[in-house]
Amino acid sequence: MSTETVQSIPKPKLRPGDRIFSGSALSAGTLILIALAAIAAFLIIQSIPAITTPAEDITILRGTDFFSYAFPLVFGTLWAAVIALVLATPLAIGIALFISHYAPRRVAAGLGYIIDLLAAVPSVVFGLWGGNVLAPAVQPAYSWLEKNLSWIPLFEGPASGTGRTILTAGVVLAVMILPIITAICREVFLQTPVLHEEAALALGATRWEMIRVAVLPFGRAGIISGAMLGLGRALGETMAVAMVLSASGAVTFNLISSQNPSTIAANIALSFPEAYGLNVNVLIATGLMLFVITLLVNMLARFIINRRKDFSGAN
Amino acid sequence: MNITRASGFAAIIAAGAIVLSGCAANEPTGEAPDETTSTLEGTLVGAGASSQQSAQEAWVAGFQSANPGVTVEYDPIGSGGGRDTFIAGGSQFAGSDRAFKDEEIAEDAFGACVPGTGIVEIPAYISPIAVVFNLEGIDTLNMDAATIAGIFAGQITNWNDPAIAATNEGVELPDLPITAVHRSDESGTTENFVDYLAAAAPEVWTYEVSGDWPVDGGEAAAQTSGVVDAVANGTGTIGYVDASRSAEFGTVAVQVGDEFIPFSPEAAAAIVDASPLVEGRGEGDLAIELDRTPDSAAYPIVLVSYLIACNEYAESDSVELVKAYLSYIISEEGQQVAAEAAGSAPISNDLFEKASAAIEAIK
Repeated sequence: MSTETVQSIPKPKLRPGDRIFSGSALSAGTLILIALAAIAAFLIIQSIPAITTPAEDITILRGTDFFSYAFPLVFGTLWAAVIALVLATPLAIGIALFISHYAPRRVAAGLGYIIDLLAAVPSVVFGLWGGNVLAPAVQPAYSWLEKNLSWIPLFEGPASGTGRTILTAGVVLAVMILPIITAICREVFLQTPVLHEEAALALGATRWEMIRVAVLPFGRAGIISGAMLGLGRALGETMAVAMVLSASGAVTFNLISSQNPSTIAANIALSFPEAYGLNVNVLIATGLMLFVITLLVNMLARFIINRRKDFSGAN
Repeated sequence: MNITRASGFAAIIAAGAIVLSGCAANEPTGEAPDETTSTLEGTLVGAGASSQQSAQEAWVAGFQSANPGVTVEYDPIGSGGGRDTFIAGGSQFAGSDRAFKDEEIAEDAFGACVPGTGIVEIPAYISPIAVVFNLEGIDTLNMDAATIAGIFAGQITNWNDPAIAATNEGVELPDLPITAVHRSDESGTTENFVDYLAAAAPEVWTYEVSGDWPVDGGEAAAQTSGVVDAVANGTGTIGYVDASRSAEFGTVAVQVGDEFIPFSPEAAAAIVDASPLVEGRGEGDLAIELDRTPDSAAYPIVLVSYLIACNEYAESDSVELVKAYLSYIISEEGQQVAAEAAGSAPISNDLFEKASAAIEAIK
């Protein structure tokens, strides 16, 4: 191409389509920020009275101050989410690897579709299933754990008579966050450069070794971001926890007793219908804490992903 | 390309048309059956206890079909919210699981009322609370208040405890841990159940009386349905629920005096008659001091919810509406539809007489 031709090209012409599209993309991006700022402002403004008013004037606190009221809820929220994540992540990686590298193509497509279907089940249905089917079904297992493994603090007991414990809630949450982690892991694993995989196989790696040296390092950032998205959902899940968990406000790591910490979201859902006056502000203030926790978790996830990116082999 | 785009637009328009026509179908058609001679018109606004919600829905439906010109709105925001709304003048009547306290009435700041005239409080919604349990082959157990309190406080932990056996001769009690299920959300059911325990077994039940479960311990479940499910699905469970939901379980007959009284609507209504009125109240104020340890054969674990209105309204438009609506609620028909819809216990004739006099006096 000669230089004359390059110079003769006029300035790129902006067609109406370009302008409309860039404008709508910009407004979409702005809109989400505005929505977020509006929610944050609402939470902060409504929370102030809960913290500035003397605790004796707020009936829901029952004599303690705001932070002793909120601490068991924060603990319960994190504890339930961690249980869910510990259960769901290995399972999701396994399912994703099976779909991307082991299953025959036709089976893989069907399985992926079924996993996605789980994401379409409303959380109320998960709550009903957890409370009415899963809890009674696992109750004998809890009694067994108490009898045989009660020297482990996690299984200290006394075992719940109904099975509606934080472990059951964690299992329900794990099922709920499974689809999103699986979907992201699967997509990332499928992106592994074929050259890497073939190189590993050519060096004599078995299929498992190939996955270990080529697929998993490549997908690590994807696994973490998938897990963090799942964690976000687990932290904020409301109805399923409210319906499954027997919450007493205790701060304990015991997995199988009736004494469980509640979670922030479930506590708001349960207390809000009868709340009025400053009690509403207290509940919104706990909502603000959940907002901050989720923000911190996501920032941590970004940080981990950014730090690992250079080593993942993706570049 | 253009064809598909055009058909896309057509589809959107068609969908919009369906949505709009759906809205239109919900508009009142204005051709109510002309069987009644009611000439009442207007809107009556109430707010308050969520315990009354099902009953209020039944009352509103019954009342509006008899009085097509009237719209009654009941917002089940909770007792506390209902009382605050009534004080602020945002509603013409309130539903509340407790009567106003003396000092609240002394402040005399009821927004909708003429100052200094006082209020009308009618215990028109009586809802028995059943203590239900899930033990195979056992339909009923006799318990005194101290035993029930001991179970829910976590002091009696096994079904074969001597305290339970003592009042149940001949019943084979299993060697099974007790799981006591309580409400995890704040509720009037909890408050009344705990109030009964505190009044009838003060030496065992030393906790405060509150709508939030006051004890650390036991199993918690959300709402009445959650407690029903937890009791049904667990083993060796016991809980307290609205009596309308007790059919599938064994129930506890509660000791009153020397007798054991099983729950029944009549026995529950009797407790209101057996209880004295709060002293020093106005003519129309039928607030009662619930007597949880009556001498007669009455069932003491009940939730009594009040309907609260003004003695004298600042705006005279409200008077006829409030009178008509409250009269309908306490009428035999009104109490019957509530019993069917919410499982409440119809009020006694005695209370009906007093309540109609109070309603008649509203102006």
